[in-house]
Amino acid sequence: MSTEAKTHQLVVSVSPHVRDEESIARIMWTVNIALLPAFIMAVYYFGPRAVYVTALCIATSVLSEYLFQRWLKKKTTISDGSAFLTGLLLGMNLPPGVPFYIPLVGSFVAIVITKTLFGGLGYNIFNPALIGRAFLLLTWPKLMTKWYEPTALFVGLDAKTTATPLGILKEEGLAKLVEHFGDKAGVYKSLFFGSTAGSLGETSAIALLIGAAILLYKRYITWHIPFSFLASVAVIAWIFGGKGGLFTGDPVIHLLSGGLMLGAFFMATDYVTCPTIRKGQIIFGIGCGAVTMLIRLKGGFPEGVMFAILLMNCFAPLIDRNVKPEQFGAVKKKEDKK
Amino acid sequence: MSKVATFERGIHPKYNKEFSSGKSITQAKPPQRIVVPLSQHIGAPAKCEVKIGDEVKRGQIIGSPSGFVSAPVHSSISGKVIAIADFPTAVGRMVSSVVIESDGKDEAVALKENPNYMNLTADEIKVMIKDAGIVGMGGAAFPTNVKLSPPKEKPIDTVILNGAECEPYLTADHRLMVERPKEVIEGLKIIMKALGVKEGHVGIEENKPDAIEAMKSAASGEPDIEIHSLEIKYPQGAEKMLIKAIKNREVPSKGLPMDVSVVVQNIGTALAIYEAVRYGKPLMERVVTVTGKGIREPKNMLVRIGTLLSDVVEQCGGLADGAVKVISGGPMMGFAQWTLDVPVTKGTSGILVLTEDEYVASDEYFPCIRCGRCVDVCPIGLNPSMLSILSEKGFYEEAKDYNLFDCFECGSCAYVCPAKRPMVQFMRLAKSQVKP
Repeated sequence: MSTEAKTHQLVVSVSPHVRDEESIARIMWTVNIALLPAFIMAVYYFGPRAVYVTALCIATSVLSEYLFQRWLKKKTTISDGSAFLTGLLLGMNLPPGVPFYIPLVGSFVAIVITKTLFGGLGYNIFNPALIGRAFLLLTWPKLMTKWYEPTALFVGLDAKTTATPLGILKEEGLAKLVEHFGDKAGVYKSLFFGSTAGSLGETSAIALLIGAAILLYKRYITWHIPFSFLASVAVIAWIFGGKGGLFTGDPVIHLLSGGLMLGAFFMATDYVTCPTIRKGQIIFGIGCGAVTMLIRLKGGFPEGVMFAILLMNCFAPLIDRNVKPEQFGAVKKKEDKK
Repeated sequence: MSKVATFERGIHPKYNKEFSSGKSITQAKPPQRIVVPLSQHIGAPAKCEVKIGDEVKRGQIIGSPSGFVSAPVHSSISGKVIAIADFPTAVGRMVSSVVIESDGKDEAVALKENPNYMNLTADEIKVMIKDAGIVGMGGAAFPTNVKLSPPKEKPIDTVILNGAECEPYLTADHRLMVERPKEVIEGLKIIMKALGVKEGHVGIEENKPDAIEAMKSAASGEPDIEIHSLEIKYPQGAEKMLIKAIKNREVPSKGLPMDVSVVVQNIGTALAIYEAVRYGKPLMERVVTVTGKGIREPKNMLVRIGTLLSDVVEQCGGLADGAVKVISGGPMMGFAQWTLDVPVTKGTSGILVLTEDEYVASDEYFPCIRCGRCVDVCPIGLNPSMLSILSEKGFYEEAKDYNLFDCFECGSCAYVCPAKRPMVQFMRLAKSQVKP
């Protein structure tokens, strides 16, 4: 073909003309994959209920996003993996024994009310999965706090319920918790591997850490939020968490229990609802940790990760407005501005 | 040099230099017809000095400068002026241009040689550079003599030659440093003399070891000149980044290199300066990298200013199948062309032709998800995410508070954006709507 013949089909667009291969879909699907170890552990400990609850959440999330966007005559975005991720995260945040309407209502609230009504991905103020869970917790407090020992569910839903480690810690104290697991090492080990009562995907610290390592390696998340979140939880737990006065708390139990690992690595790091600037993310993480510990130690609930992240979501835009990246060649602002 | 200098942040795109990095510079055929825009530089356009029907020789002035920030233009062939009209240029504007039809003789005007050029005064050198029509050849095309005449209150102590060539694909400066290092160094010495400066540096990215070697040996007898290896990172060759890497000085926000006593010049410009001062040769040809998978035979060619891109592309075997995008310059900051009938100008560093599989279509983009990747790469420390949202929604004045005008449109933010947002477009839009 001659040069003349070809030039009529030239593409003209603004620079740059090359781009890297990352895309929203690629990032979202990778996060989904990074949750796979935790999901496998959920199935291992809680059996088919884990698959049932999670699948219901994912299906409802994806379907409600699809139908809602069709109804509003908007482009459907279900292939970007974000609705799938919201469903998966919500599933991981639910107790194993919930009846079928819990995942359905939770997913609807997460996707339609929290995400789509605010304008879709990129415009939501709060983490959709966490709003879904908060709504469920406040609407069905009994159902949402009915916990089972791992593997107990294999015999059926009328299996004996129990309290989560944080619940035991709050109501009956550390001694009772240690007694429950045999010894202190037993507590750590159970929490680390996940053989404790709790939400489906939150109990196994090791599985969540594997997923987090994938995200950190791919640089889809950075250390700023998880580290500052975990560090502030550990420090506050150590200082104020003990019965014997200041500096007698056990930070390890607080780090490994509840929804902290899931929250710190997979929920607080949600791009849309956390600050953009890294320095601001540290403030955000510390805030999350502080509120979490306030609720755990002084509040009415045994666990505070969910409310902590949601509360800090409100502050994310404020943090972004006031924390600026380090400007190259910054000059004295006074004389520069009119 | 063991230490590898660089700046903070930035990106690592695929460099794709291997298409042309090993190809020696070849002379392009003298064109049958040239289109010489009267404005190839930043500043006032040149005033046309010829009329239709005039016979001109190679090197003859056809446009003279019309202000302090302006530059003359010369004919690069001998022949007859057949048209003076507005023609499209590679930057997308219509510019008044002189069209010259070759007479095939390639007669040149007599040039004034200066074998003892190092004895010239600074002012004599600047006049020669001005008369030769030399402008920055890295792309911006700012008149060089203006850059070499800083105001009194801005003393200059350092000259840096920019051999980073951080734009992917381009190898024009690379080849010049390999093939003509002595002359480039002489050019640097002339610049230092014109500015009365004792300290000269050349910064070269590490991916050009042969150029580093050649430049080091060419500069071996020059105690005042230092050759630096730089980290391979885009935009290493941006003036501010280069100064940071080599001198660890930060050009202040809204400032210029002269605010930190530095002048940066391009490799090609240094060579043009040498040729202008030593041989009296005006700027009428330049090295152009013709490359990309969309070009059958990638080359580095010495092309006469005014040659049409179509002429150059034909000499490189034409467009390959699947060619979809022709870019004047590099892939990060170059301009996409809608026609090949635009001329090579003083600022044309490359002609890059991308095929479907090299270029990522981005006609569709998504809302910002505020992942912060752009913030992590912005070399100037802006918040491109916020700027793009403000621009998208029309909050242009607010964008100014986020240092909009420090953005030099390197495109790093757009390169990493997973939502494929047209970041540079948003910046330009906002800049066009408010005063700095």
